[in-house]
Amino acid sequence: MTTTATVSSSAQTEATDVKSRVDPRGPRPKPFFTPRKIIIYSILFFACLYFLFPLYVMIVTSFKTMPEIRWGNIFAPPIEWTGEAWTKAWTSACTGLTCQGLSPGFWNSVKITVPSTIVSIFIAAINGYALINWRFKGSEIFFSILIFGSFIPYQVMLYPLVMLTREMGIFGSLWAVILIHTIFGMPILTLLFRNYFAALPVELFKAARVDGAGFWRIFFEIMLPMSLPIFVVALILQITGIWNDFLFGVVFAGTQNYPMTVQLNNIVNSAQGSPEYNVNMAATILTGLVPLIVYFVSGRLFVRGIAAGAVKG
Amino acid sequence: MADYAVQARKSAGGGLTRFLYNTFIRNLSAKIAATPMMATVLVVFVGCTLWTVWYSFTNSRLLPTGEFVGFDQYRRLFATSRWNTSVNNLVIYGSFSLVFTLVFGFILAVLMDQKIRFESAFRTIMLYPFALSFIVTGLVWQWIMNPTLGLQGTMRNMGWANFTFDWLNNPRMVLYALLIAGLWQGVGFVMVLMLAGLRSVDDEIWKAARVDGIPTWRTYVSIVLPMMRGVFVTAVVLVGSGIVRLYDLVVAMTDGGPGISSEVPAKYVYNYMFGAGNIAQGLAASTMMLITVLIIIVPWAYLEFGGKGRRS
Repeated sequence: MTTTATVSSSAQTEATDVKSRVDPRGPRPKPFFTPRKIIIYSILFFACLYFLFPLYVMIVTSFKTMPEIRWGNIFAPPIEWTGEAWTKAWTSACTGLTCQGLSPGFWNSVKITVPSTIVSIFIAAINGYALINWRFKGSEIFFSILIFGSFIPYQVMLYPLVMLTREMGIFGSLWAVILIHTIFGMPILTLLFRNYFAALPVELFKAARVDGAGFWRIFFEIMLPMSLPIFVVALILQITGIWNDFLFGVVFAGTQNYPMTVQLNNIVNSAQGSPEYNVNMAATILTGLVPLIVYFVSGRLFVRGIAAGAVKG
Repeated sequence: MADYAVQARKSAGGGLTRFLYNTFIRNLSAKIAATPMMATVLVVFVGCTLWTVWYSFTNSRLLPTGEFVGFDQYRRLFATSRWNTSVNNLVIYGSFSLVFTLVFGFILAVLMDQKIRFESAFRTIMLYPFALSFIVTGLVWQWIMNPTLGLQGTMRNMGWANFTFDWLNNPRMVLYALLIAGLWQGVGFVMVLMLAGLRSVDDEIWKAARVDGIPTWRTYVSIVLPMMRGVFVTAVVLVGSGIVRLYDLVVAMTDGGPGISSEVPAKYVYNYMFGAGNIAQGLAASTMMLITVLIIIVPWAYLEFGGKGRRS
């Protein structure tokens, strides 16, 4: 990576030709293969190798047999493609406790992600709507603390929340994880919805008020139908964020409800006996599959979503 | 934005009805709807944080019932070699991670901004690791860096008998192994942020720079870079508060090893709270994490929101 840095600065030094920089709307008159372009593309190409290499290794390893892996060439594609590792990862890999593979973890993750996503988005949408259109005394203060709170490390609030959920009798159940995800998803989602509702024309809201519509009616009949784009962004954000969570799952879910990330880590890091790298890599891909599919399907929206969601960290 | 709400308020009803309506009904439904938010703020963000700080001054062990012992836990914390190693590791990892993420993110964004073809393909490739969890990231790189069968073994089998890449087993290099994985996951995101920043620079600036005969690289360094201060500050805050939380990646990739050479504060907190049954020690450590974050956030919040009034 250090070479990347030096080469790129020389790329810019050589860039004596600045015309294309300046007039973006004009035609593209230059030949494609200028030295400058070649340098830019080769740097980007090598950067992409770095980014793609682990994906390639994961896929290739997961289709190999263990004897083939022991020959010791992580670059080589499998001589004999086999899906055995995938079947084993899904159905019978051992986590140190049980040998049921990743499938229970997958379904636990689904059971956690779906309700958490729905509840957190719904509450955040109402928050954003109330904060913009129905401001009350102190609402802005609450909002400021909420945003500020999103920067507090989770570890700070972890133990009191364990006690709280224990008091409520939901510690070690799916409910606890859902509650925790709803709480920690709230700052960023509320911000998202608040900013979105603020940009909607206020006349709509006014007209509805004049016509006698109340809080909930305006929300459900006017605001919600208009906020589809931001719902999609929030959906992407929450699905990937909750699916990828490890800490809350391991603390709050309880052993039988461990989400996929936790089970994956157990399969790879606390399994007994000689490690089966092909199974490990198949399990790793399986765990990454849901957010990857969300990423590839949503494209540009994902970029918007994470740019907004980065605050969540 | 605030004006909209005020206008909305003025337009609703009139006279006494409006007064009653404003005081009770309107406030009531909004307040009921915002109850989850208020509860979260008061109970979790304020309440739990204060609770943690308070109990970090006790000698609670298995249950948080201990008596007040002043700064004892903090004294013990900084006398524990594992904590000091954790903090050291975080400082080393954090500074490299911050600098490299920003530098590579910016360089890649500049390259992406050269009106290249296949831009969206490049972006997709650089950003996809960000969709993956730290657990996945850590496990993949753990396998790549496996000394016998990973990159090192492969290179040796291919003829480079002295090729050495055993960072996961090398206490002095293990942090840089984490760094490679962390950068892989996060650089694409900073690149996207920076690219958005570059795209927001006015074309007129580029034209003016060109009329003055300033070379492209010089325009980037002297004109565009200072203009992107806001994007950089945002990136520093985001990357920085992510670094303080560093946990999953370490658990998946090294589990703190070899020995304690890649321990981090978040892991220390977790182990003391849920493993070692010494709650107050974990709480004291987490309070130190809180202070670290405040040191990053408060100046930023002051710069960003102070003076100019609240901005959304």
